Amino acid sequence: MNFPSGLKYTKEHEWIKVEGDTATIGITDFAQKELGDIVYMDVNSLGKNLKQDEIFGTVEAVKTVSDLFIPASGEIIEFNNKLNSTPELVNNDPYGEGWIIKIKLSNSSEIENLMSVDTYTQLIGA
Amino acid sequence: MELIRIPLHDKHVALGAKMVGFGGFEMPVRYSSDLEEHMCVRNNLGIFDVSHMGEFQITGPGALELIQHVTTNDASVLQSGKIQYSCLPNDKGGIVDDLLVYKFSDEKYMLVVNASNIQKDWSWIKSNNKFNAHLEDCSGQTCLFAVQGPLAGQALQSLTSVKLSEMPYYSFAVGLFAGFPNVIISATGYTGAGGFEIYVSNEYAAQVFDAIMNAGKEFGIKPIGLGARDTLRLEMGYCLYGNDIDDTTSPLEGGLGWITKFSKNFINSDEIKKQKETGVSKKLVGFQLQERGIPRAHYPIQDALGNKIGEVTSGSISPVLNKGIGMGYVPTALSKPGSEIYINIRDKALKATVVKTPFVTTGV
Repeated sequence: MNFPSGLKYTKEHEWIKVEGDTATIGITDFAQKELGDIVYMDVNSLGKNLKQDEIFGTVEAVKTVSDLFIPASGEIIEFNNKLNSTPELVNNDPYGEGWIIKIKLSNSSEIENLMSVDTYTQLIGA
Repeated sequence: MELIRIPLHDKHVALGAKMVGFGGFEMPVRYSSDLEEHMCVRNNLGIFDVSHMGEFQITGPGALELIQHVTTNDASVLQSGKIQYSCLPNDKGGIVDDLLVYKFSDEKYMLVVNASNIQKDWSWIKSNNKFNAHLEDCSGQTCLFAVQGPLAGQALQSLTSVKLSEMPYYSFAVGLFAGFPNVIISATGYTGAGGFEIYVSNEYAAQVFDAIMNAGKEFGIKPIGLGARDTLRLEMGYCLYGNDIDDTTSPLEGGLGWITKFSKNFINSDEIKKQKETGVSKKLVGFQLQERGIPRAHYPIQDALGNKIGEVTSGSISPVLNKGIGMGYVPTALSKPGSEIYINIRDKALKATVVKTPFVTTGV
Protein backbone atom coordinates (compact mmCIF):
# COMPACT_ATOMS: atom_id res chain seq x y z
CA MET A 1 0.00 0.00 0.00
CA ASN A 2 1.07 3.50 -0.77
CA PHE A 3 1.03 6.48 1.62
CA PRO A 4 2.62 9.67 0.24
CA SER A 5 4.66 11.61 2.77
CA GLY A 6 3.58 15.10 1.73
CA LEU A 7 0.00 14.54 2.93
CA LYS A 8 -1.72 14.73 6.31
CA TYR A 9 -3.99 11.91 7.46
CA THR A 10 -7.01 11.38 9.73
CA LYS A 11 -8.01 8.43 11.89
CA GLU A 12 -11.08 8.10 9.64
CA HIS A 13 -8.68 7.37 6.74
CA GLU A 14 -8.99 10.62 4.78
CA TRP A 15 -5.94 12.41 3.42
CA ILE A 16 -5.56 16.14 2.86
CA LYS A 17 -3.05 17.98 0.70
CA VAL A 18 -2.67 21.67 1.53
CA GLU A 19 -1.69 24.22 -1.13
CA GLY A 20 -1.84 27.76 0.24
CA ASP A 21 -5.34 28.39 1.57
CA THR A 22 -6.95 25.55 -0.39
CA ALA A 23 -6.71 21.82 0.11
CA THR A 24 -7.55 18.63 -1.75
CA ILE A 25 -9.15 15.72 0.12
CA GLY A 26 -9.55 12.04 -0.59
CA ILE A 27 -9.45 8.65 1.13
CA THR A 28 -6.34 6.59 1.71
CA ASP A 29 -5.14 3.48 -0.07
CA PHE A 30 -5.93 1.54 3.11
CA ALA A 31 -9.52 2.86 3.12
CA GLN A 32 -10.22 2.02 -0.52
CA LYS A 33 -8.82 -1.46 -0.02
CA GLU A 34 -10.95 -2.09 3.07
CA LEU A 35 -14.08 -0.80 1.32
CA GLY A 36 -13.62 -2.83 -1.85
CA ASP A 37 -15.09 -1.78 -5.18
CA ILE A 38 -16.42 1.75 -4.91
CA VAL A 39 -19.55 2.20 -6.99
CA TYR A 40 -21.00 5.56 -5.93
CA MET A 41 -19.75 8.75 -4.34
CA ASP A 42 -22.66 10.58 -2.72
CA VAL A 43 -21.40 14.10 -2.04
CA ASN A 44 -23.99 16.88 -1.68
CA SER A 45 -21.94 19.39 0.26
CA LEU A 46 -20.64 21.55 -2.60
CA GLY A 47 -20.74 25.23 -1.57
CA LYS A 48 -21.27 24.42 2.10
CA ASN A 49 -19.11 25.53 4.99
CA LEU A 50 -18.29 22.58 7.20
CA LYS A 51 -16.44 22.31 10.50
CA GLN A 52 -13.59 19.88 10.99
CA ASP A 53 -14.81 16.25 11.31
CA GLU A 54 -18.28 16.96 9.94
CA ILE A 55 -19.65 14.59 7.31
CA PHE A 56 -19.14 15.87 3.75
CA GLY A 57 -20.42 12.85 1.88
CA THR A 58 -20.76 9.11 1.72
CA VAL A 59 -18.84 6.47 -0.16
CA GLU A 60 -20.78 3.43 -1.35
CA ALA A 61 -18.85 0.26 -2.10
CA VAL A 62 -20.50 -2.95 -3.30
CA LYS A 63 -20.60 -4.48 0.15
CA THR A 64 -20.48 -1.50 2.47
CA VAL A 65 -21.16 2.17 2.96
CA SER A 66 -19.11 4.69 4.89
CA ASP A 67 -19.37 8.37 5.79
CA LEU A 68 -16.66 10.79 4.75
CA PHE A 69 -15.36 13.26 7.37
CA ILE A 70 -13.77 16.55 6.47
CA PRO A 71 -10.21 16.73 7.89
CA ALA A 72 -10.27 20.54 8.33
CA SER A 73 -12.90 23.29 8.45
CA GLY A 74 -13.67 25.12 5.24
CA GLU A 75 -15.91 25.72 2.26
CA ILE A 76 -16.32 22.92 -0.28
CA ILE A 77 -15.36 24.60 -3.55
CA GLU A 78 -15.09 21.63 -5.90
CA PHE A 79 -16.23 18.04 -6.22
CA ASN A 80 -14.37 15.69 -8.55
CA ASN A 81 -17.11 15.26 -11.16
CA LYS A 82 -15.24 12.40 -12.82
CA LEU A 83 -16.33 10.29 -9.85
CA ASN A 84 -19.96 10.50 -11.00
CA SER A 85 -19.25 8.24 -13.95
CA THR A 86 -16.05 6.52 -12.78
CA PRO A 87 -16.12 6.15 -8.98
CA GLU A 88 -13.57 3.33 -9.33
CA LEU A 89 -10.90 6.05 -9.74
CA VAL A 90 -10.91 6.17 -5.94
CA ASN A 91 -9.82 2.50 -5.92
CA ASN A 92 -7.34 2.81 -8.75
CA ASP A 93 -5.68 6.11 -7.91
CA PRO A 94 -6.76 7.29 -4.43
CA TYR A 95 -4.25 10.16 -4.18
CA GLY A 96 -4.38 11.25 -7.83
CA GLU A 97 -7.38 11.05 -10.14
CA GLY A 98 -9.45 9.66 -7.30
CA TRP A 99 -9.37 12.85 -5.21
CA ILE A 100 -12.85 13.71 -3.89
CA ILE A 101 -13.23 17.39 -2.94
CA LYS A 102 -11.32 20.66 -2.78
CA ILE A 103 -11.94 23.11 0.04
CA LYS A 104 -11.03 26.65 0.98
CA LEU A 105 -9.52 26.35 4.44
CA SER A 106 -11.06 28.52 7.14
CA ASN A 107 -8.60 27.62 9.89
CA SER A 108 -5.27 26.37 8.59
CA SER A 109 -3.94 25.83 12.13
CA GLU A 110 -6.13 22.69 12.29
CA ILE A 111 -3.78 21.02 9.84
CA GLU A 112 -1.06 20.87 12.51
CA ASN A 113 -3.12 18.44 14.57
CA LEU A 114 -3.59 15.93 11.77
CA MET A 115 -1.43 12.83 11.47
CA SER A 116 1.84 12.60 9.62
CA VAL A 117 2.39 9.64 7.34
CA ASP A 118 4.43 7.91 10.05
CA THR A 119 1.72 8.25 12.68
CA TYR A 120 -0.93 7.12 10.21
CA THR A 121 0.89 4.03 9.00
CA GLN A 122 1.53 3.14 12.63
CA LEU A 123 -2.21 3.46 13.35
CA ILE A 124 -3.19 1.05 10.59
CA GLY A 125 -0.26 -1.26 11.24
CA ALA A 126 1.15 -0.88 7.73
CA MET B 1 -17.61 -16.97 20.29
CA GLU B 2 -14.46 -18.15 18.58
CA LEU B 3 -14.78 -18.48 14.83
CA ILE B 4 -14.42 -21.95 13.34
CA ARG B 5 -11.75 -22.33 10.65
CA ILE B 6 -12.65 -24.26 7.52
CA PRO B 7 -10.12 -26.98 6.52
CA LEU B 8 -8.62 -25.00 3.60
CA HIS B 9 -8.29 -21.75 5.56
CA ASP B 10 -4.56 -21.34 4.89
CA LYS B 11 -4.98 -21.99 1.18
CA HIS B 12 -7.47 -19.12 0.89
CA VAL B 13 -5.20 -16.76 2.78
CA ALA B 14 -2.36 -17.73 0.41
CA LEU B 15 -4.69 -16.97 -2.52
CA GLY B 16 -5.11 -13.45 -1.16
CA ALA B 17 -8.47 -13.84 0.59
CA LYS B 18 -9.67 -11.35 3.13
CA MET B 19 -11.19 -13.53 5.86
CA VAL B 20 -14.23 -12.39 7.88
CA GLY B 21 -16.62 -13.88 10.38
CA PHE B 22 -19.81 -15.29 8.87
CA GLY B 23 -22.31 -17.57 10.59
CA GLY B 24 -19.72 -18.52 13.21
CA PHE B 25 -17.03 -19.38 10.64
CA GLU B 26 -13.98 -17.53 9.36
CA MET B 27 -14.69 -17.27 5.64
CA PRO B 28 -13.12 -15.75 2.50
CA VAL B 29 -15.17 -12.65 1.68
CA ARG B 30 -13.07 -11.36 -1.22
CA TYR B 31 -9.88 -12.31 -3.05
CA SER B 32 -9.47 -9.44 -5.51
CA SER B 33 -12.57 -7.39 -6.26
CA ASP B 34 -16.25 -8.08 -5.56
CA LEU B 35 -17.21 -6.85 -9.04
CA GLU B 36 -14.52 -8.81 -10.88
CA GLU B 37 -15.41 -11.96 -8.96
CA HIS B 38 -19.12 -11.44 -9.64
CA MET B 39 -18.62 -11.03 -13.38
CA CYS B 40 -16.14 -13.91 -13.51
CA VAL B 41 -18.93 -16.23 -12.30
CA ARG B 42 -21.59 -14.70 -14.58
CA ASN B 43 -19.39 -14.94 -17.68
CA ASN B 44 -16.94 -17.79 -17.05
CA LEU B 45 -16.62 -19.69 -13.80
CA GLY B 46 -15.43 -19.41 -10.24
CA ILE B 47 -14.97 -21.62 -7.20
CA PHE B 48 -16.42 -20.86 -3.77
CA ASP B 49 -15.33 -22.72 -0.68
CA VAL B 50 -18.62 -23.00 1.20
CA SER B 51 -17.47 -25.70 3.59
CA HIS B 52 -19.21 -23.84 6.41
CA MET B 53 -22.54 -25.26 5.21
CA GLY B 54 -24.02 -28.09 7.26
CA GLU B 55 -24.75 -31.62 6.07
CA PHE B 56 -26.98 -34.06 7.97
CA GLN B 57 -27.51 -37.66 6.91
CA ILE B 58 -30.90 -39.13 7.66
CA THR B 59 -31.18 -42.88 7.24
CA GLY B 60 -33.39 -45.80 8.17
CA PRO B 61 -37.02 -46.77 7.62
CA GLY B 62 -38.30 -43.58 9.31
CA ALA B 63 -36.15 -41.21 7.21
CA LEU B 64 -38.82 -40.07 4.77
CA GLU B 65 -41.48 -39.73 7.45
CA LEU B 66 -39.18 -37.49 9.49
CA ILE B 67 -38.34 -35.34 6.47
CA GLN B 68 -42.01 -35.07 5.54
CA HIS B 69 -42.83 -33.97 9.08
CA VAL B 70 -40.13 -31.29 9.43
CA THR B 71 -40.08 -29.82 5.90
CA THR B 72 -42.69 -27.97 3.84
CA ASN B 73 -41.96 -29.43 0.40
CA ASP B 74 -43.18 -32.92 -0.55
CA ALA B 75 -40.13 -35.19 -0.38
CA SER B 76 -42.24 -38.24 -1.29
CA VAL B 77 -42.08 -37.22 -4.94
CA LEU B 78 -38.26 -37.14 -4.92
CA GLN B 79 -36.53 -39.83 -6.95
CA SER B 80 -33.13 -41.18 -5.99
CA GLY B 81 -30.43 -38.89 -7.37
CA LYS B 82 -32.67 -35.83 -7.18
CA ILE B 83 -32.64 -32.77 -4.97
CA GLN B 84 -35.38 -30.56 -3.61
CA TYR B 85 -35.35 -27.04 -2.19
CA SER B 86 -37.39 -26.92 1.01
CA CYS B 87 -37.75 -25.23 4.35
CA LEU B 88 -38.13 -26.18 8.00
CA PRO B 89 -41.19 -24.46 9.46
CA ASN B 90 -41.26 -23.78 13.20
CA ASP B 91 -44.39 -24.15 15.32
CA LYS B 92 -44.96 -20.39 15.60
CA GLY B 93 -45.49 -19.56 11.95
CA GLY B 94 -41.85 -18.80 11.11
CA ILE B 95 -38.96 -20.61 9.43
CA VAL B 96 -36.19 -22.49 11.26
CA ASP B 97 -34.07 -22.64 8.08
CA ASP B 98 -34.17 -23.20 4.34
CA LEU B 99 -32.37 -26.25 3.00
CA LEU B 100 -31.73 -28.77 0.25
CA VAL B 101 -32.98 -32.36 0.53
CA TYR B 102 -30.93 -34.98 -1.35
CA LYS B 103 -32.42 -38.44 -1.91
CA PHE B 104 -29.82 -41.23 -2.18
CA SER B 105 -32.27 -44.11 -1.77
CA ASP B 106 -35.60 -44.84 -0.07
CA GLU B 107 -33.89 -44.98 3.30
CA LYS B 108 -31.05 -42.52 2.84
CA TYR B 109 -31.26 -38.74 2.55
CA MET B 110 -28.98 -35.78 3.11
CA LEU B 111 -30.07 -32.34 4.29
CA VAL B 112 -27.87 -29.34 3.50
CA VAL B 113 -28.46 -26.44 5.89
CA ASN B 114 -27.12 -22.97 6.52
CA ALA B 115 -23.89 -22.70 8.51
CA SER B 116 -25.28 -20.29 11.09
CA ASN B 117 -28.18 -22.68 11.79
CA ILE B 118 -26.37 -26.01 12.12
CA GLN B 119 -26.87 -26.31 15.90
CA LYS B 120 -30.41 -24.95 15.82
CA ASP B 121 -31.50 -27.21 12.95
CA TRP B 122 -29.86 -30.26 14.48
CA SER B 123 -31.67 -29.79 17.81
CA TRP B 124 -34.94 -29.01 16.04
CA ILE B 125 -34.89 -32.03 13.76
CA LYS B 126 -33.73 -34.31 16.57
CA SER B 127 -36.48 -33.13 18.89
CA ASN B 128 -39.03 -33.91 16.17
CA ASN B 129 -37.64 -37.34 15.38
CA LYS B 130 -40.51 -39.51 16.62
CA PHE B 131 -39.92 -41.81 13.64
CA ASN B 132 -36.71 -43.45 14.87
CA ALA B 133 -34.73 -42.21 11.91
CA HIS B 134 -30.97 -42.30 12.32
CA LEU B 135 -29.38 -38.84 12.22
CA GLU B 136 -25.75 -38.03 11.62
CA ASP B 137 -24.18 -34.59 11.48
CA CYS B 138 -21.42 -34.79 8.85
CA SER B 139 -20.81 -31.03 8.72
CA GLY B 140 -17.39 -31.20 10.36
CA GLN B 141 -16.12 -33.92 8.01
CA THR B 142 -17.38 -32.49 4.73
CA CYS B 143 -16.01 -29.75 2.47
CA LEU B 144 -18.21 -28.13 -0.15
CA PHE B 145 -16.92 -26.35 -3.24
CA ALA B 146 -19.40 -24.52 -5.44
CA VAL B 147 -18.03 -24.34 -8.97
CA GLN B 148 -20.35 -21.89 -10.64
CA GLY B 149 -20.59 -20.27 -14.04
CA PRO B 150 -21.55 -21.13 -17.64
CA LEU B 151 -18.18 -22.83 -18.24
CA ALA B 152 -18.24 -24.98 -15.08
CA GLY B 153 -19.41 -28.18 -16.81
CA GLN B 154 -16.78 -27.94 -19.54
CA ALA B 155 -14.05 -27.20 -17.04
CA LEU B 156 -14.91 -30.04 -14.65
CA GLN B 157 -15.57 -32.72 -17.25
CA SER B 158 -11.95 -33.87 -17.31
CA LEU B 159 -12.22 -34.75 -13.60
CA THR B 160 -15.14 -37.18 -13.81
CA SER B 161 -16.73 -39.83 -15.97
CA VAL B 162 -20.21 -38.53 -15.05
CA LYS B 163 -21.59 -36.73 -18.13
CA LEU B 164 -21.97 -33.30 -16.62
CA SER B 165 -23.77 -31.71 -19.56
CA GLU B 166 -26.51 -34.34 -19.27
CA MET B 167 -27.17 -33.78 -15.57
CA PRO B 168 -30.53 -32.07 -15.03
CA TYR B 169 -30.65 -29.10 -12.66
CA TYR B 170 -31.23 -30.33 -9.08
CA SER B 171 -29.83 -33.81 -9.68
CA PHE B 172 -26.65 -35.36 -8.33
CA ALA B 173 -24.26 -38.27 -8.77
CA VAL B 174 -21.79 -39.92 -6.40
CA GLY B 175 -18.49 -41.30 -7.55
CA LEU B 176 -14.86 -40.76 -8.41
CA PHE B 177 -13.92 -37.14 -8.92
CA ALA B 178 -10.34 -36.08 -9.63
CA GLY B 179 -9.43 -39.63 -8.63
CA PHE B 180 -11.01 -39.46 -5.17
CA PRO B 181 -13.93 -41.67 -4.09
CA ASN B 182 -17.42 -40.88 -2.79
CA VAL B 183 -17.53 -37.32 -4.07
CA ILE B 184 -21.03 -35.90 -4.51
CA ILE B 185 -21.40 -33.96 -7.75
CA SER B 186 -24.53 -31.86 -7.50
CA ALA B 187 -26.06 -29.74 -10.29
CA THR B 188 -27.09 -26.97 -7.94
CA GLY B 189 -25.93 -23.54 -6.88
CA TYR B 190 -26.78 -20.22 -5.33
CA THR B 191 -25.72 -17.94 -8.17
CA GLY B 192 -28.06 -18.54 -11.12
CA ALA B 193 -24.95 -18.91 -13.25
CA GLY B 194 -25.16 -22.69 -13.64
CA GLY B 195 -22.54 -25.09 -12.43
CA PHE B 196 -21.99 -27.72 -9.79
CA GLU B 197 -21.51 -28.16 -6.08
CA ILE B 198 -18.89 -30.69 -5.05
CA TYR B 199 -19.13 -32.37 -1.63
CA VAL B 200 -15.93 -34.06 -0.58
CA SER B 201 -14.57 -35.61 2.59
CA ASN B 202 -12.10 -33.34 4.41
CA GLU B 203 -9.22 -35.75 3.82
CA TYR B 204 -9.26 -35.19 0.02
CA ALA B 205 -10.47 -31.61 0.06
CA ALA B 206 -7.17 -29.88 -0.64
CA GLN B 207 -6.33 -32.14 -3.59
CA VAL B 208 -9.82 -31.82 -5.05
CA PHE B 209 -9.69 -28.03 -4.71
CA ASP B 210 -6.32 -27.94 -6.51
CA ALA B 211 -7.58 -30.29 -9.22
CA ILE B 212 -10.56 -28.00 -9.87
CA MET B 213 -8.31 -24.94 -10.01
CA ASN B 214 -6.03 -26.70 -12.51
CA ALA B 215 -8.88 -27.98 -14.66
CA GLY B 216 -10.45 -24.51 -14.65
CA LYS B 217 -7.27 -22.63 -15.48
CA GLU B 218 -7.79 -22.47 -19.24
CA PHE B 219 -11.40 -21.34 -18.67
CA GLY B 220 -10.37 -18.46 -16.42
CA ILE B 221 -11.40 -19.90 -13.05
CA LYS B 222 -10.92 -17.68 -9.99
CA PRO B 223 -11.60 -18.22 -6.31
CA ILE B 224 -14.71 -16.24 -5.33
CA GLY B 225 -15.60 -14.83 -1.93
CA LEU B 226 -18.85 -14.54 -0.01
CA GLY B 227 -19.14 -10.92 -1.11
CA ALA B 228 -19.76 -11.87 -4.73
CA ARG B 229 -21.82 -14.88 -3.62
CA ASP B 230 -24.23 -12.45 -1.97
CA THR B 231 -24.57 -10.13 -5.00
CA LEU B 232 -24.95 -13.13 -7.32
CA ARG B 233 -27.76 -14.65 -5.26
CA LEU B 234 -29.44 -11.29 -4.84
CA GLU B 235 -29.53 -10.73 -8.63
CA MET B 236 -31.47 -14.01 -8.79
CA GLY B 237 -33.82 -13.00 -5.96
CA TYR B 238 -32.76 -16.02 -3.87
CA CYS B 239 -33.53 -15.68 -0.16
CA LEU B 240 -30.74 -15.50 2.38
CA TYR B 241 -31.78 -16.96 5.72
CA GLY B 242 -31.35 -14.41 8.49
CA ASN B 243 -31.92 -11.53 6.07
CA ASP B 244 -34.95 -12.27 3.92
CA ILE B 245 -36.52 -15.11 5.90
CA ASP B 246 -36.18 -15.97 9.58
CA ASP B 247 -37.88 -17.39 12.67
CA THR B 248 -40.66 -14.81 12.36
CA THR B 249 -41.48 -14.80 8.63
CA SER B 250 -43.87 -17.36 7.23
CA PRO B 251 -43.00 -19.34 4.10
CA LEU B 252 -45.97 -17.76 2.33
CA GLU B 253 -44.87 -14.22 3.21
CA GLY B 254 -41.34 -15.07 2.10
CA GLY B 255 -42.40 -16.18 -1.37
CA LEU B 256 -41.84 -19.86 -0.59
CA GLY B 257 -45.41 -20.91 -1.31
CA TRP B 258 -44.09 -22.96 -4.25
CA ILE B 259 -42.21 -25.24 -1.83
CA THR B 260 -45.07 -25.38 0.71
CA LYS B 261 -47.18 -28.41 -0.15
CA PHE B 262 -50.48 -29.07 1.59
CA SER B 263 -50.73 -32.51 -0.02
CA LYS B 264 -49.11 -33.72 3.22
CA ASN B 265 -49.00 -32.71 6.88
CA PHE B 266 -45.98 -31.04 8.39
CA ILE B 267 -45.15 -29.00 11.47
CA ASN B 268 -47.63 -26.12 11.73
CA SER B 269 -49.19 -27.01 8.36
CA ASP B 270 -52.71 -26.27 9.64
CA GLU B 271 -51.76 -22.71 10.55
CA ILE B 272 -49.93 -22.10 7.30
CA LYS B 273 -52.87 -23.53 5.35
CA LYS B 274 -55.17 -21.08 7.12
CA GLN B 275 -52.79 -18.30 6.16
CA LYS B 276 -53.02 -19.38 2.56
CA GLU B 277 -56.83 -19.28 2.69
CA THR B 278 -57.09 -15.89 4.40
CA GLY B 279 -54.10 -14.36 2.64
CA VAL B 280 -50.98 -12.82 4.14
CA SER B 281 -50.73 -9.14 5.05
CA LYS B 282 -47.15 -8.65 3.86
CA LYS B 283 -44.98 -10.16 1.18
CA LEU B 284 -41.31 -10.33 0.30
CA VAL B 285 -40.72 -8.51 -2.99
CA GLY B 286 -37.82 -7.55 -5.19
CA PHE B 287 -37.42 -3.89 -6.11
CA GLN B 288 -35.21 -1.82 -8.33
CA LEU B 289 -34.24 1.76 -7.52
CA GLN B 290 -35.24 4.33 -10.13
CA GLU B 291 -32.72 6.84 -8.81
CA ARG B 292 -29.04 6.53 -8.09
CA GLY B 293 -28.39 4.90 -4.75
CA ILE B 294 -27.79 1.58 -3.07
CA PRO B 295 -30.35 0.01 -0.76
CA ARG B 296 -28.97 -1.87 2.26
CA ALA B 297 -30.52 -4.21 4.82
CA HIS B 298 -32.69 -2.41 7.42
CA TYR B 299 -33.24 0.79 5.40
CA PRO B 300 -36.91 1.81 5.76
CA ILE B 301 -39.33 1.20 2.89
CA GLN B 302 -41.92 3.99 2.58
CA ASP B 303 -45.10 4.74 0.67
CA ALA B 304 -45.58 7.88 -1.42
CA LEU B 305 -46.69 9.80 1.69
CA GLY B 306 -43.52 8.97 3.59
CA ASN B 307 -45.09 6.40 5.93
CA LYS B 308 -42.85 3.50 6.82
CA ILE B 309 -44.37 0.34 5.34
CA GLY B 310 -41.50 -2.09 5.69
CA GLU B 311 -37.77 -2.66 5.72
CA VAL B 312 -35.15 -3.67 3.20
CA THR B 313 -33.95 -7.21 4.01
CA SER B 314 -31.19 -7.43 1.36
CA GLY B 315 -29.79 -4.75 -0.90
CA SER B 316 -26.84 -4.00 -3.13
CA ILE B 317 -25.85 -2.65 -6.45
CA SER B 318 -26.47 -5.18 -9.21
CA PRO B 319 -23.14 -5.52 -11.02
CA VAL B 320 -24.96 -6.66 -14.17
CA LEU B 321 -27.63 -3.92 -14.21
CA ASN B 322 -25.46 -1.30 -12.51
CA LYS B 323 -28.54 -0.29 -10.50
CA GLY B 324 -29.58 -0.50 -6.89
CA ILE B 325 -31.64 -3.62 -6.24
CA GLY B 326 -33.04 -5.16 -3.11
CA MET B 327 -35.66 -7.24 -1.38
CA GLY B 328 -37.96 -6.43 1.49
CA TYR B 329 -41.39 -6.97 2.98
CA VAL B 330 -44.21 -4.67 1.89
CA PRO B 331 -47.99 -4.73 2.51
CA THR B 332 -49.64 -7.17 0.10
CA ALA B 333 -51.44 -4.30 -1.66
CA LEU B 334 -48.05 -2.92 -2.76
CA SER B 335 -46.47 -6.26 -3.64
CA LYS B 336 -47.49 -6.43 -7.31
CA PRO B 337 -44.77 -5.82 -9.91
CA GLY B 338 -44.93 -2.20 -11.01
CA SER B 339 -45.95 -0.88 -7.58
CA GLU B 340 -44.15 2.27 -6.59
CA ILE B 341 -42.36 2.31 -3.26
CA TYR B 342 -39.64 4.48 -1.75
CA ILE B 343 -36.42 3.51 -0.05
CA ASN B 344 -35.20 5.85 2.67
CA ILE B 345 -31.46 6.26 2.16
CA ARG B 346 -29.82 8.71 4.56
CA ASP B 347 -33.11 10.56 5.06
CA LYS B 348 -33.86 10.86 1.36
CA ALA B 349 -36.78 8.93 -0.12
CA LEU B 350 -35.60 7.39 -3.39
CA LYS B 351 -38.18 6.03 -5.80
CA ALA B 352 -38.17 2.29 -6.46
CA THR B 353 -40.36 -0.11 -8.43
CA VAL B 354 -41.44 -3.55 -7.32
CA VAL B 355 -40.18 -6.01 -9.94
CA LYS B 356 -40.40 -9.71 -10.63
CA THR B 357 -37.33 -11.68 -9.70
CA PRO B 358 -34.84 -12.76 -10.94
CA PHE B 359 -33.53 -9.26 -11.53
CA VAL B 360 -31.25 -10.51 -14.28
CA THR B 361 -31.87 -13.19 -16.90
CA THR B 362 -29.47 -16.11 -17.00
CA GLY B 363 -29.55 -19.53 -18.60
CA VAL B 364 -30.63 -21.29 -15.39
